[in-house]
Amino acid sequence: MLQFKHVAAALTRRMIMAAALVAAAAVVTAAAATMSVQVKDAPVRATPSFVGKVVGALAYGDQVEIQQTQGAWSKVAGAGVSGWMHTSALSSKKIVLAAGQKQANVAASGDELALAGKGFNSDVEAQFKAGHKDIDFTWINRMEKIRISAAEMQVFLQNGGVTPKEGGAK
Amino acid sequence: MNMLYRAAILPLCALALAGLPACQTMDTLSEVGAGVAVATGVATPQQGQSIKKAGSAVGKTFESITPEQEYYIGRTVGAMVLNQYKPLDNKAANNYLNVLGQTLAQFSDRPETFGGYHFLVMETEDVNAFSAPGGLIFISRGMIRCCQNEDALAAVLAHEIGHVELQHGLQAISKSRMTSALTILATESAKSFGGQELAQLTEAFEGSITDITSTMMNNGYSRGFERQADSAAVTILQRSGYDPNGLIAMLTQMKKQLKPGGHDFAKTHPSPDSRIEDIAKLVGPATPIVSPAARQARFQAAAGKI
Ligand SMILES: [Zn+2]
Repeated sequence: MLQFKHVAAALTRRMIMAAALVAAAAVVTAAAATMSVQVKDAPVRATPSFVGKVVGALAYGDQVEIQQTQGAWSKVAGAGVSGWMHTSALSSKKIVLAAGQKQANVAASGDELALAGKGFNSDVEAQFKAGHKDIDFTWINRMEKIRISAAEMQVFLQNGGVTPKEGGAK
Repeated sequence: MNMLYRAAILPLCALALAGLPACQTMDTLSEVGAGVAVATGVATPQQGQSIKKAGSAVGKTFESITPEQEYYIGRTVGAMVLNQYKPLDNKAANNYLNVLGQTLAQFSDRPETFGGYHFLVMETEDVNAFSAPGGLIFISRGMIRCCQNEDALAAVLAHEIGHVELQHGLQAISKSRMTSALTILATESAKSFGGQELAQLTEAFEGSITDITSTMMNNGYSRGFERQADSAAVTILQRSGYDPNGLIAMLTQMKKQLKPGGHDFAKTHPSPDSRIEDIAKLVGPATPIVSPAARQARFQAAAGKI
């Protein structure tokens, strides 16, 4: 009996939660025109193409308005830049770089907010390193610094006679 | 290495801190756990609320890992790879690999990751290649020796980019591990982590690294994941303008170099023949690769340094 009561209470709570989730989902849909950059930095291009000319860049947490989408590309405007971005750089969650208590409670559901720097982060990496002094990160840091620019890529493709399928937008 | 492989059997639920004796399904756990924690005064009602929310977060498993967290997992997975294989300290060779690899990544379905794609040659005759979550990719000298032209090398890199794009590494993390990590996150996301939470999170982190490296380096991914990575590679090669026959050419060459029982691709990947058979279904009958002189010249110059 006691158990039944508990189950009934849990069910009721679950129904209330489900209703709340539906309401939350509706809000997210209405606000879907705003997205956040979810990578350290990402290029913004003049055309929706892998070979589109790079006109600027946006950084982690930057918020953009989505003006138009075309396949995996979104036309974005925000932080003083506008152009096309690949959707892999974007999240529908609002990314909060410095979190306050109130936002953190919402973020726990994982649906609307994402907190930058939480979870597996540099503190965890430092803790790991302290416990594994034999694991060396020197070359990991070194390889991360090798960054090839869009212009270098263009030259590389051209010099090698490699012609991308999707159009000559440059 | 060994130390990690023996790694930490995690307390299945982080809620051990709330005094729960054993794990239950996450759904009941979040309900009961939150109640117990609040009732026993271990958690404030507010914290109890976020423990409940953890229940809905864990259902999503690896997809709940943000690109930023994936980046940190990948860095340590990469450091583990390099603990076993020495990097080739040759700037020109590594630079060539990065120009080719980073260009190819732009044509994948996931051109942007948190820290971007980066490539490094491993100084070993083993035929091997690894991709850490987020885009750190390691290719052995032995693997590069299986390539007779840039199109074949592009195919090797594109296959590894495919594993990154499809997040195969993250999917090797066990569900219970993911549950623990996400529960700690959901209960403690408001504050910066204190000693105990950081220790628990680091344990979950270590366990995740072990899950990934043991799958990637010892057991291999499933046949299905390898087929997906090959298929992603074909797409990348076709979009970028390289000949997808490069993949077949490389596998044909690899077949000659793999030693049965070797601790390399012989162990972690389906046989070259069976891969070729599947790839041929995507690209049609094999045709010879025609490489313009300039492309072949730069490939040979770089491969000569490797
Ligand atoms: Zn593979």
